[in-house]
Amino acid sequence: MTLPRIVITGIGLTAPNGNSLAEFRGNLLAGIAGIEWLDVRYMGRLLAGVCHFDALKHQKKKEVRVGTRAGSISIWCAREAVADSGINFEAFPKDRVGIYIGCTEHGNVETENEIFAISKFNYDTKYWSHYHNPRTVANNPAGEASLNLGVTGPAYTIGAACAAGNLGLIHASQMLRLGEVDLALCGGVSESIHTFGIFAGFKSQGALATNDNPAKASRPFDKARNGIVVSEGGCLYTLERLDDALARGARIYGEIAGYGVNSDASDYVLPNPTRQAECVRRSIAHAGLEASDIHIVNTHATATPLGDIQECEAIRAVFGAGCPDTHINNTKSFIGHCMGAAGALELAGNIPSFTDLVVHPTINVDDLDPACALPGLVLNTPVRASRVDTILNNSFGMLGINSTLIVKRFVA
Amino acid sequence: MTNDECKKVVLDIIADIAPDEDLSNVKSDVRLRDQLQLDSMDFLDIVMELRKRHGIEVPEADYMRLASLDSSAEYLVPKFNALAAKS
Repeated sequence: MTLPRIVITGIGLTAPNGNSLAEFRGNLLAGIAGIEWLDVRYMGRLLAGVCHFDALKHQKKKEVRVGTRAGSISIWCAREAVADSGINFEAFPKDRVGIYIGCTEHGNVETENEIFAISKFNYDTKYWSHYHNPRTVANNPAGEASLNLGVTGPAYTIGAACAAGNLGLIHASQMLRLGEVDLALCGGVSESIHTFGIFAGFKSQGALATNDNPAKASRPFDKARNGIVVSEGGCLYTLERLDDALARGARIYGEIAGYGVNSDASDYVLPNPTRQAECVRRSIAHAGLEASDIHIVNTHATATPLGDIQECEAIRAVFGAGCPDTHINNTKSFIGHCMGAAGALELAGNIPSFTDLVVHPTINVDDLDPACALPGLVLNTPVRASRVDTILNNSFGMLGINSTLIVKRFVA
Repeated sequence: MTNDECKKVVLDIIADIAPDEDLSNVKSDVRLRDQLQLDSMDFLDIVMELRKRHGIEVPEADYMRLASLDSSAEYLVPKFNALAAKS
């Protein structure tokens, strides 16, 4: 059975260093990070990746007030992706549109806010907001997008920790192939910086980055790396079956080539390089490729001392001593860890390489950790590649969820 | 508290919960839902904000008393005055 080919036709995003693909990509090539100081409840000034998109471009003030930050990010990304796709969305049957949004978590922000609010009233729960439940249900980000866009097809979130952004795209591809929908809005979002809990949790775990210079704080593969910079962000794509995209003369950014998803089944937080390598191999096999066919590997590495080494171990296991045409980079060094949005955003930052043949670097590597010295690692400045036909995007998450997505340059 | 002062209290709350609405020509004797985009959750917001900001309780059975600015003032002014007398 031949399955329909799935292509990317639109991209909408907000990252700590850009609110469009052009701005984001420009900053990745110019070495411009997007980390700043943020006042976090109970904790004070911490490093974070903050997005600065104009929510009121696509939402009424009341929608912003009633909804969640994750909802606003989803709506921004969905609306921008639809506009970017050039599709006649007004005329498109809304019951044939699916919204599949990956999330690391959802509901912590509102719960923390409400507990803080009732603390001012001696914890009397009669002051608890009646919006608590619609704001905290796990499908909230996708549901808010469906309300805003009038989408009546399936709209839900996919919880997969920091692997969720890839999972949004993978699940959407599957739904398109099954014929469940004709247009998918998919990817991942994160509102994590608005909860103190994620910062406090990483700090207690010894995994929260510190640095006097925000731009230098997120430094995967560097010897001086000391943890994660928590960021918010979002990136949603329009995916379509190739025939549909061609029929309407759509611009095609790339084609979903293959993917792998598996689970470590070994620890709550510690990565498992053996399972990661299995996931990467599975994705390459699924795409009908060999390791040497991969031209860009975008790593998940979050700048934790152990996690980076373990991912490098997994990559070495798959790519061996190095494939001459394979470049390896990391986007978190610019934007921190956008959690549920990470996979989708980091993929987007690399997609222009299909056309400009430039590979964005991993910045902030002043002293490369020998344990992370992978062949093909692009350090600090962009490199020009002889060819970029494939991008392999790793995203891994807590409880051992691994996802690898491969996108290839579109060739009719 | 006068009726006009009470209406201003209610309008100030509505300005926060319905920030897209033009409140410059709200008619006191017309139901708020007939002239503004307000839904049932918004009315719960008005009740919640009266509780949070002013310590005024509106039991569910009395929600309909908040239908217009006039009916709100008629219902709320005695409550505000009773509260002021206590303090």
